[in-house]
Amino acid sequence: MTMEEAARQARLATEDILAVMRSASRGVVVDSPPGAGKSTLVVRAAAELAGQGHRVMVIAQTNEQVDDLTAAVAVALQPGNSEQGVRVGRLAKSDYRPPERVERLPSVTSAGDLSELAECQVILSTAHKWATVKAVGQWPWAIVDEAYQMRSDLLLRVAGLFERALFVGDPGQLDPFSVVEVDRWLGLSWDPTLSAVEVLLRHNEDVPVKQLPVSWRLPASAAPVVSAAFYPFSPFTSATSAHDRRLGFVTSPFGRSSLDRVLETAAETGWGLYELPGGHKPRTDREAVSACAALGARLLERGALATSERSAEPAPVTPGRIAIGTAHRDQAAAIRSELVRLGADGVTVDTANRLQGREFDVTIVLHPLSGRRDATAFHLEAGRLCVLASRHRHACIMVARAGIQELLDAHPSAEPVHLNVAVKFPDGWEAQQALLAHLEQHRVVAT
Amino acid sequence: MTTLTSLARIEAADQGRAQLIRAVRHVHVSDRPLVVIPLQLAGEPCAPLAAMIGDDRSAPRLLVVANPLNREDRFRFAAELAGVVLGYIGRHAAGPEPAEKEAYPDAPQLVLPNAGGVTFTRLLGRSTRFRPTAGPGAVPAAVPALGCWLTYFAERAQHPASSLLLTATGALSAHWATGQSAAEDQNLAALLGWISPPPGLTSRQAALLAEDPARCPPAGPATDPAFDRDVLVELYKAIKESRAAGAGEAAVEGAATERRVLVLLERELRLVLEPTWRLVWQSVDLLRALPAGGHVAQRWTSDRKSFTGYARYLRDGGFPQAKRDAAVDAARRLARLEGEQEQLDAQMAFDDPLVMAEHLMTGRAFEGVVVQAEPHRLDQSGKRAKLRPWITLETADEVTAEPGAELRSPARPGQKAAVIETATLNGRTRVTLELQSGMGRGLAPAPGSVPEREDVLCYTTLTLEFQPPPGFPAREDTPWTHGGPPPEYVPADQAVAEPWDGSAWEDGAWEDTAWEEAVQGGEPS
Repeated sequence: MTMEEAARQARLATEDILAVMRSASRGVVVDSPPGAGKSTLVVRAAAELAGQGHRVMVIAQTNEQVDDLTAAVAVALQPGNSEQGVRVGRLAKSDYRPPERVERLPSVTSAGDLSELAECQVILSTAHKWATVKAVGQWPWAIVDEAYQMRSDLLLRVAGLFERALFVGDPGQLDPFSVVEVDRWLGLSWDPTLSAVEVLLRHNEDVPVKQLPVSWRLPASAAPVVSAAFYPFSPFTSATSAHDRRLGFVTSPFGRSSLDRVLETAAETGWGLYELPGGHKPRTDREAVSACAALGARLLERGALATSERSAEPAPVTPGRIAIGTAHRDQAAAIRSELVRLGADGVTVDTANRLQGREFDVTIVLHPLSGRRDATAFHLEAGRLCVLASRHRHACIMVARAGIQELLDAHPSAEPVHLNVAVKFPDGWEAQQALLAHLEQHRVVAT
Repeated sequence: MTTLTSLARIEAADQGRAQLIRAVRHVHVSDRPLVVIPLQLAGEPCAPLAAMIGDDRSAPRLLVVANPLNREDRFRFAAELAGVVLGYIGRHAAGPEPAEKEAYPDAPQLVLPNAGGVTFTRLLGRSTRFRPTAGPGAVPAAVPALGCWLTYFAERAQHPASSLLLTATGALSAHWATGQSAAEDQNLAALLGWISPPPGLTSRQAALLAEDPARCPPAGPATDPAFDRDVLVELYKAIKESRAAGAGEAAVEGAATERRVLVLLERELRLVLEPTWRLVWQSVDLLRALPAGGHVAQRWTSDRKSFTGYARYLRDGGFPQAKRDAAVDAARRLARLEGEQEQLDAQMAFDDPLVMAEHLMTGRAFEGVVVQAEPHRLDQSGKRAKLRPWITLETADEVTAEPGAELRSPARPGQKAAVIETATLNGRTRVTLELQSGMGRGLAPAPGSVPEREDVLCYTTLTLEFQPPPGFPAREDTPWTHGGPPPEYVPADQAVAEPWDGSAWEDGAWEDTAWEEAVQGGEPS
């Protein structure tokens, strides 16, 4: 598919969604695969609704997400970009200081209280902040971003504020969770631990569910793999083709270490599996941690260059464009300190939960099942692996100990099935198998 | 399972003896708990078979159901059980009515052998609390009252900070690590075998013997299938036949036979229940022997308040608990449980160095030595100068707190400390903290209120501070996303229906706010 064709498809999908919104009695749910232009849609929808003269509330989950959206919406609605300028409000705790990229925009007003934002037509805030707002009449429209990561009890607190809503989110990412384990609500359609979208759809079967068709982030090498493994019923394609994205190095390797070989495999094919000898290891497996850090450092040393549709010239892959993803915080901490030791700081190292919604050129992933004896529901969760395997624009390298296949075979899904509880499909076990089968073709054994 | 618990399990397996993983006890143990060991009929989720119950270990009451499949027999059992349970509860709610926010001096505490017992309690509560007390199928008034209380206790068991209902296996395995799997720890006899083996046996031998149902009958609610087959089947058959004996002379003889068989049944069931009875009391003794953690009394106060509130609610004619939580009730309950869990985690860490050690390992806390202190530092940036001492600690622990994070020290829980900066060099981290409270009023710190050089202190991001539960819409304002307001329930047929289905929690209905009250009320900590 050419990029023009992809852009045309994306445009058609957006037009369709906006048309459905015009006639919607309650709202629309939009499922968005990784990097499919979710924010673009939110900005378009906000502009469209503001253009119709509506006041719009935008609900996101974290302050960072709200700041990103605020900046994007404000730029799109500046005088010049829209017919008449629209003022944008950023509602936040009174002691919260928005970052510079938001503060410097003249059309944005930040305030801790809604009454100070009376002249703003689009107001953005986190769900938690919105939940503290005392309703004075209903807003005609709300846009809820990252709605699959929002818990339904939070939606319950804010839903009284609006009449209709556009819910946008990625169904393949991590589900919300609770620190307490209570099974008393299992099977209830309003189970407070479910995601906002799930509860919404169970009570409003007539709410249409739309889908964004192309991923702008994932390269042609990744979109089919991620789509098949994690989104079997709502397939998507990559907006770019193989020749649009290339990864190269300014240097040639001296000798031929396994690190260099896996980097080259990843540069050529978009995937790499760096396989350490099998064994049962503690969570912060020293060897695996060093391998992740060493790969990051080596990538910088070699001077990686990324060619993409974004620029005519190949752009250097700076530390800020590399991420290392893990399942647990202590693993991330161990890799971070190892990177400092190697002098490669600046590389983002974080858990899947925190990498959600972010984008990098190259990602290095410590496989959640690497070195484990058992495969728990946490480590098998499809959403976790999906986040880790879908953050990259160019290449993804998994670091894992041998034996994951055997581990999976020894731990078939045995989660109980409850009446009235939607069965997750694909389940984590199936998704893990699918991705692993693909990675097998890009395996480099560590030496 | 945390790394330290895993380690303790390995040590337990290695040394052949359970290891204490808590320095203090984190549950309240009543002076006179009510031990309940329920048994159920195999294959029937809520057909009671028998129960051994009592608050005096030397005088257990044995209640037996003559025919668990007979509804009348079941509710007769429920009425007998209600006599014991309501009597025990009544003794705690007997004194003068406490004022609005006050609580009875003590609360009842139920101790069951295991989690299965809690499920059974919940189900028995569910099957009895909606029984009508008039009309066809009427039961004594004590039966629905028992149902309400059993449901109340089973619901409190879901509250992380509550000790109103304890299970022996749950409380013991929260304090001891054994060398067997968590599933094996569910067997009370095996668990106690590891913690305190009978004289002459090693832990392993004791745990192995516990697997023999002939020696150690299961602690319920399920019975040993071999016992069902060899003993129960025959006895129940005899009771059934004696009841079907016919009229007149035969009926008299039948009743006499039934009485004889019942004596046999009681004897057999007593044999099955008595070992567990002893084990549960042994568990109570073991737990009681541990010193109580600093916040246990505060948590028990919240239990007492909850109990007082519910006793008052029932006395004022409150409805039984709804079968299901409506959307708003569910969300509110979850928020309450999560708040409680967070507080409990912090309180346990502040009370218990072994719990804090787990946080030291994950980076949620660090322990360091004060290498620098500026006790008289003033913050002049505002209109008025404020006392804001800085201290710098050096630690080999991992520090995950970022600048701006608010920390507390178990040694000085009332003092806020904000991270100013952290710097790591050669595996050691220096953390500079600004102290923001707890130094007296003036511009000079009160003596001893600022740590001095060479002091060793632990700081953590865990906080004892109470987060008030979030606000939720009223029931009748349930939004369209959650199905709108729940419909008013109209009973289809007064005689058979369970009349308060779904709408028992009217506005002003009893709500378990004891935790918030106890924490906000400045109870002893």
